[in-house]
Amino acid sequence: MVRLVINNEKITDRDAFIKICPFNALEIKDGAVKVNGSCRMCRLCVRKGPDGAAEIVEDQEVKTIDKSAWKGIAVYVDHEDGIIHPVTLELIGKARELANKIRHPVYCIFIGAGIVDKAEELLHYGVDNVYVYDHESFRHFRIDTYTSAFEDFIKNIRPTAILVGATNVGRQLAPRVAARFRTGLTADCTVLDIKENTDLVQIRPAFGGNIMAEIHTPNARPQLATVRYKVMNAPERNAEAKGKVTVCDLSNVILNSDIEVIDVVPKPKEKFIENADVLVVAGRGVKSKEDLNMIHELADLLGGDVACTRPLIESGWFEAKKQIGLSGRTVRPKLIITCGVSGSVQFAAGMSNSEMIVAINKDEKAPIFKIAHYGIVGDLYEILPRLIAKIKAEKGA
Amino acid sequence: MGMNIIVCIKQVPGSNKVEVDPVTGVLKRDGVESKMNPYDLYALETALRLKETYGGTVKVISMGPLQAMQIIREAYAMGADEGILLSDRKFAGADVLATSYTLSQGVREAGEFDLILCGKQTTDGDTAQVGPEMAEFLKIPSVSNVRRIVSVEDGAITVEMDMANTVEIARIKFPCLLSVEKDIFMPRLPSYVKMRATKDREIKVIDFSSLEDQDEMKYGLNGSPTQVQRIFPPEPNIKRELWDDSADELADKLFSKIKECKFI
Repeated sequence: MVRLVINNEKITDRDAFIKICPFNALEIKDGAVKVNGSCRMCRLCVRKGPDGAAEIVEDQEVKTIDKSAWKGIAVYVDHEDGIIHPVTLELIGKARELANKIRHPVYCIFIGAGIVDKAEELLHYGVDNVYVYDHESFRHFRIDTYTSAFEDFIKNIRPTAILVGATNVGRQLAPRVAARFRTGLTADCTVLDIKENTDLVQIRPAFGGNIMAEIHTPNARPQLATVRYKVMNAPERNAEAKGKVTVCDLSNVILNSDIEVIDVVPKPKEKFIENADVLVVAGRGVKSKEDLNMIHELADLLGGDVACTRPLIESGWFEAKKQIGLSGRTVRPKLIITCGVSGSVQFAAGMSNSEMIVAINKDEKAPIFKIAHYGIVGDLYEILPRLIAKIKAEKGA
Repeated sequence: MGMNIIVCIKQVPGSNKVEVDPVTGVLKRDGVESKMNPYDLYALETALRLKETYGGTVKVISMGPLQAMQIIREAYAMGADEGILLSDRKFAGADVLATSYTLSQGVREAGEFDLILCGKQTTDGDTAQVGPEMAEFLKIPSVSNVRRIVSVEDGAITVEMDMANTVEIARIKFPCLLSVEKDIFMPRLPSYVKMRATKDREIKVIDFSSLEDQDEMKYGLNGSPTQVQRIFPPEPNIKRELWDDSADELADKLFSKIKECKFI
């Protein structure tokens, strides 16, 4: 049991002490400082308060686990009707890098219908074994049958870590599996590393703000992490296939579902901001909806697409799928030009891997300038029209 | 056919302006005001529409400090019938697993239900994982990314699930959990009349001692397999240039740079 204890007699300045907590979890009640339910156990009061004022008390030993009983880095093969999502390859590349550090194998788990030959293709990317759960009842994604197959895989193979793409399927399946094994799951990791003791080092933006958190799962296995598309690098395809495909026995897998898929309708093909080579992004510095015309014009001239930040979704100027950031899409274009975007971590998490970042903002202190390769301190209303005119002149010439 | 619906809601900070002081490493949070997670409004609206069509009750459940009663009042003003707040220091420091487990225990206290509705994600955690984990603990089927309710039949609900390239139309047996997309319905505004009428309505506060599972190791920090090792400000980009000049000069420089990199 881990508890946070406040020793009031050691608090020198009550008001200063209470202010340490960013979550307002310290309050004065019945004449003493107490911790309320807002506490997130971030331990800032322990570290920043007077010595001994706040302390962590552990009443009993933490239950430890035998980490050596869990071996291998596994990747969930994300697909729709057998067409493998490219995030899978990116995760295989990362899994190989992590596995090499601790001398573990790389596995894939592939659940679907008629997918054995597609599993063979994965052997060109550095996988030691692809475990295939192939059955007609896996034709469409259904949470209960897929979780059952995943459970069977974990029980038999016991991988130490599992990487799942943060797709519409992965975001449902990974939590379901994590809860079944009562283990940790870290969403939307932007950096992954591994320690010699097989603890996965997971880094992601935290508390919805301008902070990064390093998260470990020290006393539970397997360790689950989701990663978005275009965050990691995809490996090159090897001409030669290595490793093998194992078709798994289904006798312990539940194939009956409480979910009946009635129909699957293809969505009309549309332009996704994830696929654009050039993006021009509108932020709150754009004052009216009409002013978006120049953003669109610049994007058209550069053969790119337009995206936006969260406030512009909230004002109804754009559809949700045009939003970059933690609550929107992750993009990695060759060129991104942000116009009037301040650059919260929330936003940056969705675009900081772009190859060339140009930021236009009036405020030289805007956080976007910390990540922009070329920061332009100026008024977008003065710069964009001039830039557009120049490009037009160049193209006309 | 009356449906019993539970909606999960969360109180989140009104603003996301959080920064780490690079020198002291202390978190700074601007403003203390908080609000209902905006994505939850869509789940609540969905529940209210279902109730209006099919009859039944809408209960809201939340976990958090006592201040979170404020968002339950807001839900009452939108039309929710009952509210439950799970609040106890023992729930503090909960990660996704412990949060989902606590909520699943709270739901057991809320009585029989047909449907649990969740928003897509919260604006302070952004993980979108609590819904599916709760469903696992309750051993009920779940569907995320629900963008439309097609129909409600006896003992089941048919919905459209948004996938990357397709839309899956699926029928799920009750009881089940759905996470709904933003834009499934336009949320209504809280009504002043309802707010007045419900100002004395009870909010049931449940603490640890009222839950069925009394194993403290499953709640709060103790029940959280993930641990935050450290927090730090994001690393700035190393190779960067800041240009401050007249608009003409800036447009010139930017044009040359874009051309040099062959984007024109």
